[in-house]
Amino acid sequence: MPKTAIKLNVNGKAEDLLVEPRELLIYVLREKLNLTGPHVGCETSHCGACTVEIDGKSVKSCTMFAVQADGAEITTIEGLSTPDNLHVLQRMFREHHGLQCGYCTPGMIMRAHRLLQENPNPTEEDVRFGIAGNLCRCTGYQNIVKSILAAAAEINAAQEAAE
Amino acid sequence: MNDMTPDRDDRIANLKGMGCARKRVEDVRFTQGKGNYVDDIKLAGMLHGDFVRSPYAHARVKSINTDAALALPGVIAVLTAKDLEPLNLHWMPTLAGDKQMVLADGKVLFQGQEVAFVVAEDRYIAADAVELVEVEYEDLPVLTDPFAALQSDVVLREDLAGQDSGAHGPRRHHNHIFLWEEGDKDATEQVLDSAEVVAEEMIYYHRTHPCPLETCGAVASMDKVNGKLTLWGTFQAPHVVRTVASLLSGIEEHNIRVVSPDIGGGFGNKVGVYPGYICSIVASIVTGRPVKWVEDRMENLMATAFARDYWMQGKIAATKDGKITGLWCHVTADHGAFDACADPTKFPAGFFHICTGSYDIPVAYVGVDGVYTNKAPGGVAYRCSFRVTEAAYFIERMIEVLAIELGMDAAELRAKNFIRADQFPYTSALGWEYDSGDYHTAWTKALDAVDYAGLRREQADRVAAFKRGETRKLMGIGLTHFTEIVGAGPVKNCDILGMGMFDSCEIRIHPTGSAIARLGTISQGQGHATTFAQILATEIGIPADSITIEEGDTDTAPYGLGTYGSRSTPVAGAATAMAGRKIRAKAQMIAAYLLEVHDNDVEFDIDRFVVKGVPERFKTMKEIAYAAYNQAIPGIEPGLEAVSYYDPPNMTYPFGAYICVMELDVDTGEHEIRQFYALDDCGTRINPMVIEGQVHGGLTEALAIAMGQEIAYDEMGNCKTGTLMDFFLPTAWETPNYTTDHTETPSPHHPIGAKGVGESPNVGGVPAFSNAVHDAFRAFGLRHAHMPHDHWRIWKIANQLGLHG
Repeated sequence: MPKTAIKLNVNGKAEDLLVEPRELLIYVLREKLNLTGPHVGCETSHCGACTVEIDGKSVKSCTMFAVQADGAEITTIEGLSTPDNLHVLQRMFREHHGLQCGYCTPGMIMRAHRLLQENPNPTEEDVRFGIAGNLCRCTGYQNIVKSILAAAAEINAAQEAAE
Repeated sequence: MNDMTPDRDDRIANLKGMGCARKRVEDVRFTQGKGNYVDDIKLAGMLHGDFVRSPYAHARVKSINTDAALALPGVIAVLTAKDLEPLNLHWMPTLAGDKQMVLADGKVLFQGQEVAFVVAEDRYIAADAVELVEVEYEDLPVLTDPFAALQSDVVLREDLAGQDSGAHGPRRHHNHIFLWEEGDKDATEQVLDSAEVVAEEMIYYHRTHPCPLETCGAVASMDKVNGKLTLWGTFQAPHVVRTVASLLSGIEEHNIRVVSPDIGGGFGNKVGVYPGYICSIVASIVTGRPVKWVEDRMENLMATAFARDYWMQGKIAATKDGKITGLWCHVTADHGAFDACADPTKFPAGFFHICTGSYDIPVAYVGVDGVYTNKAPGGVAYRCSFRVTEAAYFIERMIEVLAIELGMDAAELRAKNFIRADQFPYTSALGWEYDSGDYHTAWTKALDAVDYAGLRREQADRVAAFKRGETRKLMGIGLTHFTEIVGAGPVKNCDILGMGMFDSCEIRIHPTGSAIARLGTISQGQGHATTFAQILATEIGIPADSITIEEGDTDTAPYGLGTYGSRSTPVAGAATAMAGRKIRAKAQMIAAYLLEVHDNDVEFDIDRFVVKGVPERFKTMKEIAYAAYNQAIPGIEPGLEAVSYYDPPNMTYPFGAYICVMELDVDTGEHEIRQFYALDDCGTRINPMVIEGQVHGGLTEALAIAMGQEIAYDEMGNCKTGTLMDFFLPTAWETPNYTTDHTETPSPHHPIGAKGVGESPNVGGVPAFSNAVHDAFRAFGLRHAHMPHDHWRIWKIANQLGLHG
């Protein structure tokens, strides 16, 4: 099958790729760029395990072709932090037991990250609605919600202190 | 003289041992996307396998033409049953004593059944090739109803023709698998005949699926140079997989290494052995290259292990004042096309005979008929211990039905019939020895916590308001008191494919005082790397943070039967404690030598051995570990290691009291969970944070099952629920907050008193949600309605009760 040249900026790094038009973005991220943080859970946009950020929006990378992302800036869980300087969401998910098997976690954290950009002061209801596109089979969400609210509080407190 | 700082409390805190809410060590990797799941594995030259699956539920396979597929560039091989037959791998044994086709051998028996295995350079080419395999089918009559199957002339399993007995005794019809019975049938029927009150009901626990977020998969790599097969996969029981792989392939077991990497949830789905594993292995042997197979979601829901599908006919006898006198149950169990239920060998209906529940019932009988139909095989324990969730649902529904028959409050009826604390150990009418429990205390605590009397008053007011036309919402109070049976199990009666259901732990203490422990289990999110280190920290006095826990690699871990049926803590947790005690025993001798006293003159104290009565004379475990490697101690071998294989003397019996308060909209069938209170008693609590997390998750799986999740088929045997569009998994929006609570009744036979908790919330949660729905309509005459209670079905209940005017 003929291939198409695309340019992506993934986690701050420019990538020139040759892909078949039918290749899904999740496939390119996982198989060609070795970014195995985003996972495949359903292939139908229901579970959100493949969630990444594209140009400032949460996107389920299992139902987007890589060619559609040509020219886009993409952030995956691998680009959110460094091991020495974890993102507050990553710390709060651990602190509040917001994960168990870890399979939904990269997508869930990336969604939570964008949610807090969209709404820095969410209520519990906002969080529950805002992550409804990401399924978790292990936690029952209660501690995920708690983790996200705690992260929001910490981010806001830090901002207030800085102002 | 030793330094006496830090003080005792700090030393205890420093260990992060049992009872503390230690943060999980797993999370550091998982939150950074650095988990290593099977689909993350990449090997040089790796090929990809994909299945051609049957669109028919029952059909003869007339021909398979692979020419076009093989002609596609990038396709390496296409395997059919004919290719597997010379290796005798076209069929494989199931865990239930039956056999199952690996690839369609002459016919197909369920939609989604594996027909051919395509191996190609990448996934896209494999998927293209699947489309190019031409299969000619001749459709056959389809049986999806187990009752009809037992009457039908249609023979599903032609391979069993003429066999009037199977692995579990006589077969009375060609679609019959077994009749399994327990208890005293005659005595139970006599009690029913002469009882003052008998309540009778058919309770259906519908077919559903564990549906972990990660589907099943494997990577097989046959190294022809050294003759060694390595198999990575989503295995809840890696050691058993190694033994089965050896028996099936003829490769000696030492030449097979099975690795379960990180597993993205299991819930029973990853206990069984699937055709994809076998085909990956064969394909790697044939091609000489590593082969990966990872199923997609539709394949997962259609073809791997379902759960439940039990039609439970019940009769419960009582006196007029509500003392239960007998219980009778007959189950028609739909096992699908092959009997691939994952149960200990001698228990074809699992531990269903725990169905007397929390109640002191003097006489009981259970009979289970297993039946073949044109549905997917499976019958796994979806977040429960071998049919315990069916049993708990059955008895907790029967109690409610009896309460209606008696005109009695269901909470009072339960309390009247609980096994009393002074009756433990208690032998049930169906033969189980319940190790411990204090049901009345838990029940009272739960009822008080929710102000049960107040809720009932509010409910009565609501019914009155509804009748006056002031509201269209009803209120249900769902009660459950469940008793589980977990921790399988004693080798004398529990085995899987002949392997006794012990489990194991091996510990090595390093010279500088840190340690590694390996277990025969495998975490799928339960947090073993965190909690087993806590058990050890308390047992051997080395901080949990200095202990690595490793599982899942059969080349390094000691043999164990894996993680399912809430058995990790009851069995491997016990092995861990026992191995720790062996370490401690040797450490005691080393300490005594170093302190120049007799062995019996030192005692263990948190993280050290102390000369009795002289607390300032001690040797820490760190010092002892060092001495074990750098000193020649007379009569003691160097090193500090131990291994324990633990054969549990009995199961453990966790229990709990759950109360769900639900609002139901009579006109839309929508529900709102207003309150959910969950009291669990899992004996000794290792990590309260992890326990709470397990309870939240299990309750949410119970919510799904009770309120909407099902695997449904049409009359042609088409699976109607093959994607997450149709198969209900609750989102954060639909999931309530839960209140957790506990009592603590340690198991008397477990080394640390722990009982297991991961599955309790699913076992107890389903009846709690379901009973809430039923209770809301009790005042209007509802006795029983089958799950799942989705909005449409709740609307239908209201409609049939005439509540829509």
